[in-house]
Amino acid sequence: MIAGISIYEILTLTTLLFFIGVYGFITRKNLISILMSIELILNASVINFVVINKYLYPDILQGVFFSIFIIAVAAADTAIAVAIIINLYRQITSIEVKDTEIMKY
Amino acid sequence: MERIIFYILALIIVVFAIASVSSKKMLRSVIYLLFVLCGIAGIYFLIDYNFLAAIQLTVYAGGIIVLIIFSVILVHHIEMELELAKRSKQLLVGLACLIGLGVFLTSIYSYDFNVVENSITTSTADIGMGLLSYGAGGFILPFEVISVLLLAAMIAAIVISKGKKLTDKKDTTV
Repeated sequence: MIAGISIYEILTLTTLLFFIGVYGFITRKNLISILMSIELILNASVINFVVINKYLYPDILQGVFFSIFIIAVAAADTAIAVAIIINLYRQITSIEVKDTEIMKY
Repeated sequence: MERIIFYILALIIVVFAIASVSSKKMLRSVIYLLFVLCGIAGIYFLIDYNFLAAIQLTVYAGGIIVLIIFSVILVHHIEMELELAKRSKQLLVGLACLIGLGVFLTSIYSYDFNVVENSITTSTADIGMGLLSYGAGGFILPFEVISVLLLAAMIAAIVISKGKKLTDKKDTTV
């Protein structure tokens, strides 16, 4: 644990980060920006897992394992989202949310 | 000492996160996100999970950011400005987020965590043994499922991104 820092301060930081992500998710109108806001939200939750593991249950490692799984899933979904965005740009030459109204079939 | 480093890191994270969701230039916003992720890796170093910090730096700062920059450069002009939401909508969403923040913080501060004072250092070997053990509390099944998921994501990304243009397809079918 960090000397001199209580768990409340770190949880305050992650809550701030989470709501900044939510703000970006709602106000942005661009698919890549929305993806970046999702990354912020996921990172806030990963810090929460790690901090609660370290401060409350230091002798087990479940929080670290879940963080690794969250990071892996985030990497996978970013890869697929970027593929979808590039394909969409080829078809409609725009990645704004309001122009996105077709599917392939 | 750790206190000062933590506050500096927290300041970096919050300031650059706000800059990242409110910047009008796309590429700058991605670079601000990179700073946020590096700050989070610094917090993992402080909290003594070195392996997780290394994963954060390689997967997020090294992989995901490069992927996002790549897609930004493919689909944007560098100087293009993003259109922002209406001012009223921004204020409304900001207000809602502040209310949510207040609710979360009051519930966090009113709960009494029983913190265990410790200075246990976790080695990478412990994490590896935990991930690969199939006894009680082992994580071998999710580990395998994640590997299948990554394979599926890789194939899906290749298949989706090599799709043909819509106009070409019309030409061939007609």
